[in-house]
Amino acid sequence: MTEALVEVTDLSVNFVSREANVCAVNGVSFTMMPGEVMCMLGESGSGKSVTMRALMRLLPARRSVITGGIRIAGQDVQAMDDRSLRRMRGSTVSMIFQEPMTAFDPVVRVGDQIAEVVALHRGVSHKAGRQRALDLFDLVRIPSAQRRLDAYPHELSGGLRQRAMIALALSCEPKLLLADEPTTALDATVQIQVLILLRSLQQEMGMSVIFVTHDLGVAAEIADRVAVMYAGRVVETGPVRDLLRNPLHPYTAGLLASTVHDQPRDRDLETIPGAPPDMRNLPPGCSFAPRCPKVGSDCMVGMPPPVSPVPGRIARCLRVSAPETEFA
Amino acid sequence: MMMSPPEASDSRDRGGPQQPLLTVTGMRKHFPIRSGILGRVSAHVRAVDGVSFTVRKGETLGIVGESGCGKSTVARLLMRLLNPDAGEQIFDGDAVGEQGGISVAQMRRQVQMVFQDSASSLNPRMPVQNSVAFAPIAFGMPKAEALGMAQDLLAKVGLNPGLFGGRYPHELSGGQKQRINIARALALSPRMVILDEAVSALDKSVEAQVLNLLQALKRELNLTYVFISHDLGVVRWISDRVMVMYLGEIVEIGPADAIYIGPKHPYTRALLASRPALDPDQRRLEAPVSGDPPNPINPPSGCRFHTRCPYAEPVCGAHAPALGDATQFGHLAACHMQDPGSGHTAAGRPLPPVTH
Repeated sequence: MTEALVEVTDLSVNFVSREANVCAVNGVSFTMMPGEVMCMLGESGSGKSVTMRALMRLLPARRSVITGGIRIAGQDVQAMDDRSLRRMRGSTVSMIFQEPMTAFDPVVRVGDQIAEVVALHRGVSHKAGRQRALDLFDLVRIPSAQRRLDAYPHELSGGLRQRAMIALALSCEPKLLLADEPTTALDATVQIQVLILLRSLQQEMGMSVIFVTHDLGVAAEIADRVAVMYAGRVVETGPVRDLLRNPLHPYTAGLLASTVHDQPRDRDLETIPGAPPDMRNLPPGCSFAPRCPKVGSDCMVGMPPPVSPVPGRIARCLRVSAPETEFA
Repeated sequence: MMMSPPEASDSRDRGGPQQPLLTVTGMRKHFPIRSGILGRVSAHVRAVDGVSFTVRKGETLGIVGESGCGKSTVARLLMRLLNPDAGEQIFDGDAVGEQGGISVAQMRRQVQMVFQDSASSLNPRMPVQNSVAFAPIAFGMPKAEALGMAQDLLAKVGLNPGLFGGRYPHELSGGQKQRINIARALALSPRMVILDEAVSALDKSVEAQVLNLLQALKRELNLTYVFISHDLGVVRWISDRVMVMYLGEIVEIGPADAIYIGPKHPYTRALLASRPALDPDQRRLEAPVSGDPPNPINPPSGCRFHTRCPYAEPVCGAHAPALGDATQFGHLAACHMQDPGSGHTAAGRPLPPVTH
């Protein structure tokens, strides 16, 4: 049996300041196999990006309290010193962001930025790094790659910039790619190009990808498995087909129903009433209970434990009972 | 209750239901780019380049397109937050800002706008009910009366006035702030509301609530909407007619269902085919078009889409296709393939259906 690439157990992240204590992530657990694509689906403030940053140890050390275990490729990320962190970032795990403009240095040519990373991690010359950058630009289908290596980030269009960032992230062939809303800022016709590119690169290179998005359609295009986050917890996980066709958790069902996609125009859209909870002051019990159509008094007592009605699917909801329950 | 009921807004109706509420002809806005130490104009961003359309009374016109297509510039031109370089804007029979027509201020009493960023469009140092009451007070309504009306409006957009009226913007969530912005836009009892990406920054579960609210308000107050968005699903749901823009021009305009079921312009077809499928078994294997939208500083010659169009032929780079009379209400597309006399080899032939 192959070993899991990522094992996260009961991860919690609190941001502590003088005014408030924000519980951004409240007990997230998941495992990922090599070569798997998992989508973290959730709305703003649900803790999906914070979870990603915790995996890379990118959160400000002094203001964030992180508990729980994170193991990537057999190593304990929490226990790493600066040197091993530097070695891990880029070569084992690498990350792409929503806005590539802020991820690149604006005053260095993109080719040189990639060459620098390759030279540092691989111990090769800058010239060899540039050659590698050229190969990577071809890999991510950047037209006139040789000329684009000498471009500054602002000279590239949004789609090309995101491709250049993917090239940078893949420069050291990471085992795990963390993609934090990489297509959200792109135009529709460009978004689909980048999604198709990421999917084919993932298959060619066999890496694992955690893809953060708030868009169900994007998840349907790219994911093998989806983890739905709400108020800092994973409320449901499962294979993408099952989860989209037959959601278990009322939040997932509500999200699907309220996504505007060719509904009849003469009828109101289905909505989830209310708004996501204040992360400084979470309700006791299930955080979705105040908005849930299936709520009962038992929901307010404690966070529901994970139940698995079908192998491979987990939901944290008291209304989902263990095996053989069908939800329409 | 201070809101004027629909009958009152009908009293402002001058031309009757057949006269369009808004007619725009040949609207153009080029932004100069200055460079060098002398600040000489070296080029122009051709943000809106000769756009003509009409909005009927009581309808919702959706405007879609990618970034840089000029849809937000159109919104700002309609509100006269920007002055057009050329073009005519007729509001219910009156030319706006011209002799013998109505002034910009008079037009703005009847046309209001809601912006994408709900936070930056509210004064952070003013309780939200005062923000809502601000414009009526500026137009001479006594303060107490205006605040009373603001509270009625808060209730109308689904916020408890006693609970929310005295709060400051930072004490509200994004969805609540956008409801305040909608209430403020309604404070002058406008006949038309321009919604520029008004729900784009909201989470999906909140977006649906605000969309339902907008539809309910439109019915109740007899409003006309211009709804600008990049989200094709949302535009289809809310719009009666849809206008598709590309690089400062209208490429297609027509009834919403006609555009979504039988798109005529290759760009509209590409946009629709670029939507994620929401079904893992129908994933897109190939992108409908390659590359990014070109820079509007130097748009391509002829048809501006010809550099990305799968059907492009020499005629497309040579001549710009005409849209036809967009002030009529038919289904029009600016494409040589729609014009049998254009010289395009596929002209007049039906296009294959869009798969999704």
